[in-house]
Amino acid sequence: MRGITFDIAHMLAGSLVLVSFMQLYQDRLYALLNTFALHAFILAASVAWQAFIQDAPHLYLTAMIALVFKAIIIPVALHRIIVKLGIHREIETVVGVGPAMLLGMGLVALSMVVMLRVTAEADPLAREDLAFALSVVLLGLLMMVTRRNAVSQVIGFMSLENGLVLAATGAKGMPLVVEISIAFSVLIAFIVIGIFLFRIRERFDTVDVQALDRFRGERR
Amino acid sequence: MALIRDFALQGAQMLLVLLLSPLLTGFVRKVKARLLRRQGPPLLQPYRDLIRLMRKDVVLAESASWLFRVIPYIIVAGTWVAASLVPTFGSGLLFSWSADLIAIIALLGSARFFLALAGLDVGTSFGGIGSSREVMIASLAEPAMLMIVFTLALVAGSTQLSTMAAYMGSGEEGLRVSLGLALLALIIVAVAENARIPVDNPATHLELTMVHEAMVLEYSGRHLALIDLTSELKLLLYVSVIGCLFAPWGIAGPDASPRAIAIGLAVYVAKLAIGGFLLAVFETAIAKMRVFRVPAFLGAALMLGLLATLLLFVSRSL
Amino acid sequence: MMIVYALYGVAALVVLAPIAIAFGPSPRATSVVYGTSLMITLTLGVIALLCLFGYSDPSTVTLPLGLPWLGAHFRIDALAAFFLVVVNLGGASASLFALGYGRHEDSPQRVLPFYPAYLAAMNLVVMADDAFSFLVSWEFMSLTSWALVISHHQVAENLRAGYVYLLMASFGTLALLLSFGLLVGDDGNYAFDAIRASHPSAALAALVLVLAIVGAGSKAGVVPLHAWLPLAHPAAPSHVSALMSGVMTKVAVYGLVRIVFDLLGPPDWWWSMAVLAVGGITAVMGVLYALMQHDLKRLLAYHTVENIGIIYIGLGLALAFKAGGMPLAAALALTAGLFHVFNHSVFKSLLFFGAGAVLNATGERDMEHLGGLIHRMPQTAFVFLVGCVAISALPPLNGFVSEWLTFQAILLSPQLPAWGLKFLVPAVGALLALSAALAAACFVKAFGVSFLGRARTPAAANAQETDSNSLAAMYFLAALCLVAGILPGFFIDALAPVTKSLVGVSMPHQIGVEWLSIVPIAESRSSYNGLLVFIFVVLSGSIAAFAIHRLASDKLRRAPAWDCGYPDPSTSTQYTASSFAQPIRRVYGATVFRAREIGEMPPPGSMAPARLTVDLHDLIWDAAYAPIAGFIGYAADRLNVLQFLTIRNYLSLVFAALVILLLVLAIWP
Repeated sequence: MRGITFDIAHMLAGSLVLVSFMQLYQDRLYALLNTFALHAFILAASVAWQAFIQDAPHLYLTAMIALVFKAIIIPVALHRIIVKLGIHREIETVVGVGPAMLLGMGLVALSMVVMLRVTAEADPLAREDLAFALSVVLLGLLMMVTRRNAVSQVIGFMSLENGLVLAATGAKGMPLVVEISIAFSVLIAFIVIGIFLFRIRERFDTVDVQALDRFRGERR
Repeated sequence: MALIRDFALQGAQMLLVLLLSPLLTGFVRKVKARLLRRQGPPLLQPYRDLIRLMRKDVVLAESASWLFRVIPYIIVAGTWVAASLVPTFGSGLLFSWSADLIAIIALLGSARFFLALAGLDVGTSFGGIGSSREVMIASLAEPAMLMIVFTLALVAGSTQLSTMAAYMGSGEEGLRVSLGLALLALIIVAVAENARIPVDNPATHLELTMVHEAMVLEYSGRHLALIDLTSELKLLLYVSVIGCLFAPWGIAGPDASPRAIAIGLAVYVAKLAIGGFLLAVFETAIAKMRVFRVPAFLGAALMLGLLATLLLFVSRSL
Repeated sequence: MMIVYALYGVAALVVLAPIAIAFGPSPRATSVVYGTSLMITLTLGVIALLCLFGYSDPSTVTLPLGLPWLGAHFRIDALAAFFLVVVNLGGASASLFALGYGRHEDSPQRVLPFYPAYLAAMNLVVMADDAFSFLVSWEFMSLTSWALVISHHQVAENLRAGYVYLLMASFGTLALLLSFGLLVGDDGNYAFDAIRASHPSAALAALVLVLAIVGAGSKAGVVPLHAWLPLAHPAAPSHVSALMSGVMTKVAVYGLVRIVFDLLGPPDWWWSMAVLAVGGITAVMGVLYALMQHDLKRLLAYHTVENIGIIYIGLGLALAFKAGGMPLAAALALTAGLFHVFNHSVFKSLLFFGAGAVLNATGERDMEHLGGLIHRMPQTAFVFLVGCVAISALPPLNGFVSEWLTFQAILLSPQLPAWGLKFLVPAVGALLALSAALAAACFVKAFGVSFLGRARTPAAANAQETDSNSLAAMYFLAALCLVAGILPGFFIDALAPVTKSLVGVSMPHQIGVEWLSIVPIAESRSSYNGLLVFIFVVLSGSIAAFAIHRLASDKLRRAPAWDCGYPDPSTSTQYTASSFAQPIRRVYGATVFRAREIGEMPPPGSMAPARLTVDLHDLIWDAAYAPIAGFIGYAADRLNVLQFLTIRNYLSLVFAALVILLLVLAIWP
C-alpha cells in the first residue's frame, strides 16, 4: 500500500496545507497572490497525479481548470485589480501573524482528530489526506476571518475551495458535472467579489471591509 | 589497534571540520560575488583573514572583564566539539555517541549564551543591541530546531545522529510530509542561526541592521579570529547536519574500509559545495528583512516543526 | 531506626528556636543558630542519604502527639528520603551562607527564631506518614516562612507580600485539607497506609487530583496560582529566599507526588493531561514573567515558577506512561522530573545566594542600578555565572541533563494510546523547548546587566567581594552543578529506589555504562556523556588558546571602547534590563502581557525630555485575582454595617443564628 505513488500524492496534499500556512504568513498582497497561485498549482499537480494513479482521465480536466483559472487567470486578474484600484499593498490583519498561525495549528489538529475518528476503517493515508483537505478548508476560512482586506478574503475563499477539490479528488472520482459546477461557482463568486471590490472602493475609497461596518453604523 | 584507528578517525574528523570551514565560507562568498558579476575574493581569503587577525595585537576595551577574554575560546571550543560530533564522511565515530543531536544543539546554545554575554560585557549600546536581538532570535530558533529534532527522532527512532543518518540512508521511510516540513523548517533555522540574509547580513557593518556583527563589535585580533572561525564552523555544522539527514548518501559506516572513507570524504565535500552554492543563490535572490519580521519568519519554522511532530504523533497510531 | 535519629534532629531544630529568642539581638546568636542549623541539617542529610541507599528499613514511628486516637506517624521511605536529601542539602548550604550573610542582618532577632523552625517544618512535612501530621507540618511550614517573609517589615511592599502569601497559603492548605479529607473517606483512618489500601472511585479521585494540584500547586507556584510567589520569595532575607525557592517549592512537589503517585492508586490517563497542561503553561509563563523583571531577586523567583513547570511536565509524562502501561518510560520521565527537582534546588539556591551577596555589597536588588560587578566581585560573579549556565539548561552542567531526560521521555510518548495526549504532548514539548530557550535569554539578561558592563551607580562601583562563608556555600553548590552535570549516572542511579517504589521499575543501571555515559533506553537510541563533552570542550579550548598564544600572538593592549567610533563615557548609554528585554517583549509581550510602548515626544523647540513608558498588564492577576479581591473588599464594606449595631440587634443576630442552626438540625435527614 505504501508505494511511491501514494507517497507523492500524500506529499502533495501535505504541501497544500503548507502553502495554506504560507498564505497566512504573508503580509503583502502581491506575495499573497503569488502564494495563492502556488496553492492552485500544487492543487493542479495533486489532481493530475490522482488522475494518473486512479486512471481517471476526466480528472485531468479538473487539473487543467485549476491550473488555468486559479493558478493563472485569477491571480493575474486580481493583480490587475490591485494595480487599477491602487489598493494598499500591505494586508491589514485582525489577528497577528503569530497567533493566526497558532490558531491554524489548532485547526489542523482539530481536523486530524475529526477525520481520523470519523473514518475509522478507511485506508490510513487516505484518511490523512482527507484530514489535510479539511485543514486546507479550515485554514482558508481562518484567513477570511483574520484578514480585513477584501482581496485577501477572496483568496481565502478560493483556497478554501481548493481544499474541497482536494477532498473530492482524493475520494476516488467525483462526477465531472459537480466539478464543473464548482469551478463555475467559483468563477461567479470571483466576478461578484470583483464587482463588490469596485463598489466598495468607489464609495469608501478603501477596500478595508471595516469601512462597511462603519457604514452600517456598527462601529463608532 | 582498532582503538587507535578509531581515535585517528575521530581526530581526523575534528581536523577536517576545522580546516574545511573557512573554505566553505570562502566558497559561498565567491559564488555570491560571481552571481553579482564580481570577481570576488579568492577562495582562500578566509584563511588569510584568520591568520592575519591572529597575528595582530588584541585591543581590549578598558571596561572589558576577564570573561570577555575567555569567551572566544569557550565558544570556539563548544562549536568545534559540536561540529566534530556530526557525521561528515563517516558515521559511528568513536565519540559520536557522547552527545546526541539535542546535546549538539544545546552546545551551540551554550556558545550563543556566552557570545551574548560578551556583547554586554564592555557596556556599549551596540553590544547590547546585538545581544538582545540575538537572544530574541534564538528564543524562536532553538525551539524550532528542537521540534525538528523531535520529528526526525520520531521517524528514525533515535536522537543519535549516526543512527538517524543510517536510518535515513536506508530509504525505508520514503517520502513523508513530516520530513518535508522538517527540512523546510531546518533550512529556515539554519539561515537564522548562521546570521545569513534575510535574517542578518554577515557582510554589513551598518550598525542598526546587524545582529551578530554588533555583538562582536568590540573584539579584535586573535579574539575576533576565533569568533569568525566559530561562525564558519557553525555554517559547516548546519550544512553537515542537513547533508547527513536529508542527503544521507555516501557516508562511510563504522569499520569502513579506507576506500569507503575516501568516497565518503569526496561525497561530503561535494555536499558542502552544493549546500554552499544553494545558500549563495538563496542569499543573492532575496533581501534582508526588518528585524521585527524575523519573529514571524522563525515562528513559521517553529510552527512547521510543531506541525511535523504533530503529524507523526498522529500517524504513528494509525 | 534512622527515622528516630531524624526526629531527634528535627527536635533539636525546634529547640533551637527558643534558644535563638533567648539570645535576643546579641551578635553571637547569628553564628550559634546558623552553625547549629548547619550541623543538624548535615546530619539529617546524611541520614536521608543512608535511607535512600537502603541502609535502613522504612519503619514507621508513632509519636503520641496530635489527635489523641491517632498519634503522629513518621516514616522515611525512598521518596521521602530523596526529598529529605534535597531539603537538608538546601538547608545546610543556606545555613553556611547565612553564617556570613546573616551578620549583615539589621534585626536578626526577627529572623533567627523562625529559621530553624522553618527547617524543622520542611523536614517534618516530608517525614509525615499520616494526613494529620502532614497538614499540621505543612501549615507550620507556611507560618514560619510567612514570619520570615515579613521579617523586614519596615518595607510596605514586604507586608503586602506577606499578606498575599498568607492568604494563598491558607487557600492552598484548605485545598489540601479537602483533598486528604476525600482521600480518607468515611472510616477516618488518616494514616497513609490505610489511605493507600483504599481505592477511591474515579469521580472522587478526579476531585482529589484537582484539589491536590491546587493545594500543592499553589505552594509550588504553578500558574495561575503563582501570584504570591514572586512577591514573597524576594521579600525574605536572601538565604531564606533560597530556601523558599529552592527547597519549599520542592516540598510542595513532594506533596503532589505523594498524593498522586502514592496514595491515589493507579492513575487514569487524563490525570496526566491536567498535570502536563499545567506544567507547560507554567513553564512558559514563568519565564516570560521573569524576562520582564528588573529586580534581580524577583526575576529569580519568577524563574522558579518556570522550573516548577518543567518538573510538572516530567511528572505528567510519568503519569501518562504509568497509566498507559509503559513502566520503563514512566521511570524515565519520573527520574527526569525528580532529577530536575534536585538540580533546581541546587542552582536556584546558588543564584539566590549570589543575589544576596550582591544585595549585601551594594544594597541594590534592582538590576538597573547595578553593572560591572564582575570587576569588583569576581568570585561571586564566577559562581553566579555557573548558576546561570546551569539553570539555562546548557551543557555540560546539570540543568541540561534533566531537560535532556525530559525530552527523551517526550520522544517515547507517541506510543501512548490516549488521543488527547497525542496532541498535548507535542505541544508541551514545544512549550518546554520554548521555555528552555527563553530561560537562556533571561539569564543572559540577569548576569549581563548586573555583573557585566560598567557600574551604573556608585554603590555598584564600590562594591566589595562577599565574605568567605558565603563564598564557600556558593562554591559548594557550583561544584555540585558541575558534578551532577558531568556524572549524572550516579544521580540517576540514586533515584532508582524512588522510581521503583512509585512506578514499579527503575531506569537501567547507569554506572556500569562505558565511559560513564547515560543511556536512558538503548545506546542506538540516545546517549549523552557530560564528562566527555566537558573534557572535549576544555581540551579544545585549551588547545586553541595554547596554539594561538604560542604560534600567533599573545599581545594585548587596553584602549577605550570602540563602540563604532562613538564611545560615550556616560554609563546610562548601556543596555539596561528593560531595553535588553525589549525585542522579546515585542515578540511575546504584545499578546501575553498586552505590552504597549507609549512614546511621548516634546513638541519641537521644547527642551523637555522625551519619554518612553512601557505598559504591561498581568492578565492573570487582572482576570483571576483582581475580581476576587474586589469582591472581598465589596463584601467587607457591606458587612461593615455589623460594626455599628445596637446591642439588641446583635442579640437578635445571635438568636437568629441559633434558630437557623436548630432548624437545620431538625430538617437534616
